[in-house]
Amino acid sequence: MLPLQKSEIIARLQAGILRMQGFRQSTNTSVDAGLGIIKSAFPNESFPIGAVHEFIASKKEDASSTSGFIAGLLSSLIGSGTTLWISASRTLFPPALKSFGLEPDHFIFLDLQREKDVLWSMNEALKCEALAAVIAEMHSLDFIASRKLQLAVEQSGVTGFVIRNSFKSTEASACVSRWRITSLPSEPIDELPGIGFPRWQVELLKIRNGRPGAWITQCINGKFVTIADHLNSDIQPTVSPIKKAG
Amino acid sequence: MQKRFVSIWFRYLATDWFTHRQPSYKNLPLVLRTSSHGRMVITAANAIAVSQGISTGMVLADARALVQGLQVEDDQPDLRERLLKRIAEWCIRFTPVASVDLPDGIILDASGCTHLWGGEEKYIQFISNKIRERGFSVRIAMADTIGVAWAVARFSQNEVITIGQHTEALMQLPPEALRIEIEISERLHKLGLHKISQVISLPRQSLRRRFGQQFLTQLDKALGYELELIEPIQPTEPYQQRLSCIEPIATATGIAIALQQLLESLCTRLQQEQKGVRTATFTCYRVDRKVEQISIATNRPSHHVKHLFQLFEIKLSTIEPALGIELFVLEASNVEDHLPLQKKMWSEAKNLEDEQLAELLDRISNKVGTNTIHRYLPDEHYWPERSIRQTTSLQEKSTTNWRVDEPRPVQLLSSPVPIEVTAPIPDYPPMVFRYQGSEHRVVRADGPERIEQEWWIQQGQHRDYYRVEDESGNRYWLFRLGHYHDKIYQWFLHGFFA
Repeated sequence: MLPLQKSEIIARLQAGILRMQGFRQSTNTSVDAGLGIIKSAFPNESFPIGAVHEFIASKKEDASSTSGFIAGLLSSLIGSGTTLWISASRTLFPPALKSFGLEPDHFIFLDLQREKDVLWSMNEALKCEALAAVIAEMHSLDFIASRKLQLAVEQSGVTGFVIRNSFKSTEASACVSRWRITSLPSEPIDELPGIGFPRWQVELLKIRNGRPGAWITQCINGKFVTIADHLNSDIQPTVSPIKKAG
Repeated sequence: MQKRFVSIWFRYLATDWFTHRQPSYKNLPLVLRTSSHGRMVITAANAIAVSQGISTGMVLADARALVQGLQVEDDQPDLRERLLKRIAEWCIRFTPVASVDLPDGIILDASGCTHLWGGEEKYIQFISNKIRERGFSVRIAMADTIGVAWAVARFSQNEVITIGQHTEALMQLPPEALRIEIEISERLHKLGLHKISQVISLPRQSLRRRFGQQFLTQLDKALGYELELIEPIQPTEPYQQRLSCIEPIATATGIAIALQQLLESLCTRLQQEQKGVRTATFTCYRVDRKVEQISIATNRPSHHVKHLFQLFEIKLSTIEPALGIELFVLEASNVEDHLPLQKKMWSEAKNLEDEQLAELLDRISNKVGTNTIHRYLPDEHYWPERSIRQTTSLQEKSTTNWRVDEPRPVQLLSSPVPIEVTAPIPDYPPMVFRYQGSEHRVVRADGPERIEQEWWIQQGQHRDYYRVEDESGNRYWLFRLGHYHDKIYQWFLHGFFA
């Protein structure tokens, strides 16, 4: 009798904490984002929308796999909504988005000169409810800036993605999650020579109120197929999962 | 009050305008041309060309044969109308009622205006001098009716027909002066009726039977028996609001309040006329006679006070009030139609037509510059750099589909980077390539996909594209420029696949 009550209380308190941290349970259905098994890592098994996600891509190669992963996420999250892509050094090639099931003409690109303007524009854009998602490529993001972004999305419900190319493991951030997507050798399709479907190592380094993990995921025509869960010892998350940041 | 009308006839309106723009035409024969039924036909000729025997309607080739050194310009279809409208607007300084009299004249209703210029003669003289100063040759006449003023300007040397003398003035003029169709005037000449005095004495019934009711109406209008109305032009009032202050304003709050007030009154007017601001300027006149100015621009017309205020707000701090500002002027220099959109109760699709989005982009472009916002549409080219084209408008729809038949990289370098490779056999992907100092061993590869130069755009070598994957799983887009066996080829890295 008593343990049941206890778990009930804990569940209620946890829900309260989620509310206080700005998590919005806007829809009663859980958001899958096409991630399959990975969604078990998220709080309430639902991909946090209306939040800022942080991606780490230190090399050009990582930036392309990260862009691919985000494009895959967007295709199941927003459909035909308008997306803003902010960058000071953009190399994204719009036609590629089509192969992830997105409409490249629904993307608006902001090509700015200064890093400062990227942050300002992202902050402004995240307050605009007319956008479905905002993606920004920036060099670094300090805690105060990330907190501002988080406050902006809590009002509007826009989902933000930050792609950073420099990262120190000691840095704290108010973003809801931190990811690292790296390329893995692809498997040939039907034993035929040539390159197979894009395959990535998806590392969820940090997730607020969730369980970080690492997976091997393949992207087939914009749909994610998770191949392996809880990787073997040879591929370890290089950064230890950070405790819940508030 | 006795009605008085002024008719201004621009003898060489279009050619005078071209001469005004290019003074070197002044002493040369100049004609304007337009194509008609596959030939070049002259639509206007200046005084020098006319004196050398050129008339409108002549074929350009004939005119060139006739006159040496003939200058030719392309005619613009609505040039005369545009010019006359502008001149008529300018003429409002002489009388409140000015109207355009196509194809080559202006009618002014000068009733009760002339005494301000010291009499009718001086009034006419003043107007014609002012217009001649601008390079237009004109004939001006004043009379009691529009018809007579028109006729005297074109067919007589007189300028002012005194009150009540208009019938006499008309008598000596040819029948064309009645503004009638050319066929009717030709028929009158054939019948030996070379002056209006000869026509006027004829019985009205026979005139109607022979020349139609239209002829009689024109005659009556000229004689003043029938009322003739003119359509005065309405000058467009500039979208401008002024706010003068009793005490000079020197604080930021004060300036913001002034701007807010001006915006509210401007937007109320814009809203009533269903217009929206595209560009606006806020000007502050300082006590020390200096002028401070800030401007904004929007992506789509807007009359939303809050939004426009936000746009100005970013720049408001650049205004230096110094000792104080005594006059604020807000002017919408570019205004476009802004039809209200029907609001959706539940807006599900977040699309590009959203007003919030336009306002966001306005804020961004006012802060960081307009050329930072890009949107891309597919273009029908194989060359990857040319397969997309930039568009500035959010509304523009693509005319072709995005191509998905060949894989394209997620990241494309703006200019391909030369790389060193080891390629074993012709038309095979490389085994090893070196990019940014590190060596990549190719494990898997696809290709080649040959993309030829589009010869109608540029010359050069074709590209053979390969998708390659190195041992760590990174996927690249490489190409070889040129044929392998020509020995002059080079390898480049152009993009990264996801």
